[in-house]
Amino acid sequence: MSADSSTTNETTNPAVDGSELIRFDHVTKRFGTNTVLDSLDFSVKSGKHVTLIGPSGSGKTTILRLLMTLLKPDEGTIKVGGEYLTHESKGGKLVPAGEKHTREVRKNIGMVFQQFNLFPNMKVLRNVTEAPVHVLGMPKEAAEERAHELLDLVGLTEHVDKYPTQLSGGQQQRVAIARALAMRPQVLLLDEVTSALDPELVAGVLDVLRDIAHTTDITMLCVTHEMNFARDISDDVLMFDSGRVIESGPPEKIFTEPEHERTREFLSAVL
Amino acid sequence: MSEISWGLWELLLKGVWITVQLTVYSAALAAVVAFVIGLARAHRLWIVRFLSGAYFEIFRGTSALILMFWIFFVLPIGFGWQLVPMWAATLALGLSYGAYGSEVVRGAVNAVAPAQREAGIALSFSPAQQLRKIILPQAWPEMVPPFNNLLIELLKGTALVSIMGVADIAFGASLVRNATGQSAPVYTIILVMYFLLAFLLTRGMRVVERQAKAGIGQAPTKREGLRSKLSAGQVGDITRSGAAPAGGAGQ
Amino acid sequence: MNWNWNAVGDFMPMFLHGLLVTLEALALGSLIAFVLGLVWAMAQRSEHAVVRWPVVGVTEFIRNTPLLVQLFFLYYVLPEWGITLSALTTGVIGLGLHYSTYTAEVYRAGIDGVPVGQWEAATALSLPRMRTWGAVILPQAIRRVVPALGNYVVAMLKDTPMIFVIGVLEMLGEARQFSSQTFQTIEPYTVVGLAFIVIAYPASLLLRVLERRLVR
Repeated sequence: MSADSSTTNETTNPAVDGSELIRFDHVTKRFGTNTVLDSLDFSVKSGKHVTLIGPSGSGKTTILRLLMTLLKPDEGTIKVGGEYLTHESKGGKLVPAGEKHTREVRKNIGMVFQQFNLFPNMKVLRNVTEAPVHVLGMPKEAAEERAHELLDLVGLTEHVDKYPTQLSGGQQQRVAIARALAMRPQVLLLDEVTSALDPELVAGVLDVLRDIAHTTDITMLCVTHEMNFARDISDDVLMFDSGRVIESGPPEKIFTEPEHERTREFLSAVL
Repeated sequence: MSEISWGLWELLLKGVWITVQLTVYSAALAAVVAFVIGLARAHRLWIVRFLSGAYFEIFRGTSALILMFWIFFVLPIGFGWQLVPMWAATLALGLSYGAYGSEVVRGAVNAVAPAQREAGIALSFSPAQQLRKIILPQAWPEMVPPFNNLLIELLKGTALVSIMGVADIAFGASLVRNATGQSAPVYTIILVMYFLLAFLLTRGMRVVERQAKAGIGQAPTKREGLRSKLSAGQVGDITRSGAAPAGGAGQ
Repeated sequence: MNWNWNAVGDFMPMFLHGLLVTLEALALGSLIAFVLGLVWAMAQRSEHAVVRWPVVGVTEFIRNTPLLVQLFFLYYVLPEWGITLSALTTGVIGLGLHYSTYTAEVYRAGIDGVPVGQWEAATALSLPRMRTWGAVILPQAIRRVVPALGNYVVAMLKDTPMIFVIGVLEMLGEARQFSSQTFQTIEPYTVVGLAFIVIAYPASLLLRVLERRLVR
């Protein structure tokens, strides 16, 4: 793993100074009459690995989708690296962000989806190189070299020339991880990345993520039902219920001596 | 059939060539119209959606033959635009079948999973890049079978130009009928000719479909039995697909 | 462009007559297409290959060749075989026959959509074959295919102008005659063109509503 760690260390471009990288301020999100996030405040320091746990429908995935700008908040603001994500300040006033501003800020964020969402029309290698070449303007050779490194890291060297449909779910998800890392994001969002996998394929994907978590400084925001994995990689665990953070702390504390009654109920149900 | 002399056969074969040319030109125009209108109908600006939607509704409601008459007879007198018959016919067919084609494009683009667009956003692709690199390559294999149906309809539609005096197969047939005084042989022959052309088009489109599917790592659809061998137009689930074959009058 | 409203007024009587003929041809043509299409669809599911194969062959042939040429065929060849029909009758048969090959596919898809369990249940109850079709399969299939059949009526409407080539004075035929009598060209063809849009647009809206109601 030592050879790989040198490559993955490159994924984090900013210095890890423990400064605040993500900040939610009074963020509210409703779907119809259903309030999914209720004036939510929370922040993540750079380089930290944060896991969001809680019952389904508690708004965990919504947070990731807001960060990825797949959803827009109804109220409140989101900052990434000190920049507003969905707003920009024009003449001292905060206005909804234009597409260009959003895209600039968003480039710092990568996401791995529950359903992988690989592009079926591109082979594995091109899935990984397409965005670095056409969004970041990286030379094709450099992008391919890096893609090979990343695919090696996730253990898929021999599959670079296949189409996604020719791979197992676990392999597809590992390609998706490589694809997200290829953009050198500051933040990696992991949205229930093992939920769609057959049980025997889960371990391989989690091992890759453990490696990345332990050998890089990339900031991770992770929604998962794999409590052991959460315990392994997290610096902080946030317990969600009904659109609010009801408890947070290091995994040792949350998993062994939770304070909140709802946390205890939830953990006894999933553990 | 012995009455049909070599000269008359030549007439028919020249007609085949005109029909083929007309099909190719009109299909090219129709393809351009289909993609422009089909994509415009999913545009984020309402005015673009409205105008392209209006185009679709108007040309879908228009009879191709009436449009042809209008272009041949009203345009020159009313607007002073006199087109060569061949181009007037191409225009009429291309505009009509392009409208049906736009429905195919729109349907296939909408059928691409929204998650694919989300993955594109997550990788910071611009909207144009998302369309070009992710959406269209995946939508294309879905378009090929309904496009095949439309192509057959277009081929059949080219026969209308014989009414306007363009010397296609059907026009040749009427000349041969006048020369021989017999109808059954020549009309049987040209019906078979049209059928063979439709058959060849379908074979060609199957190859296109196979390549399109291979391009996204899918195995080709298996077709079995007599129907698939005989069939020129592909028979999909007509009750479901937006582009029903007859004149493509889907929806 | 000099538009002459008087010419529009003068054309009206002929136009209305043409409209009536168009609708008549459409109604009768649809009737033939609906009935004949069902016959084709059932024959294509016959247990006997001698029935199945020729029907598949003939319907594929008709569907993949131009209606216009088929109309000429019927108009010129039937009399040679001793069958003399009026132009309108010939046109209606041509339209109905051509579109029956499309409706056959619609029925086929509808019949295929009925779950296999329905056939098995009918067999388990020892229902006779006609009863299975009439009481179990078709009622379920036809409900689902009504909107698709409607689409082909609209498609047929737009093909009705073709029957002017065998001398039927429907809308286009009337417009042509009016134009050659009065040398007014712009008005009759434009009126007829608009008439098709005006009829086809509400019809397709109606079908969309029907589709939402019936197909689920």
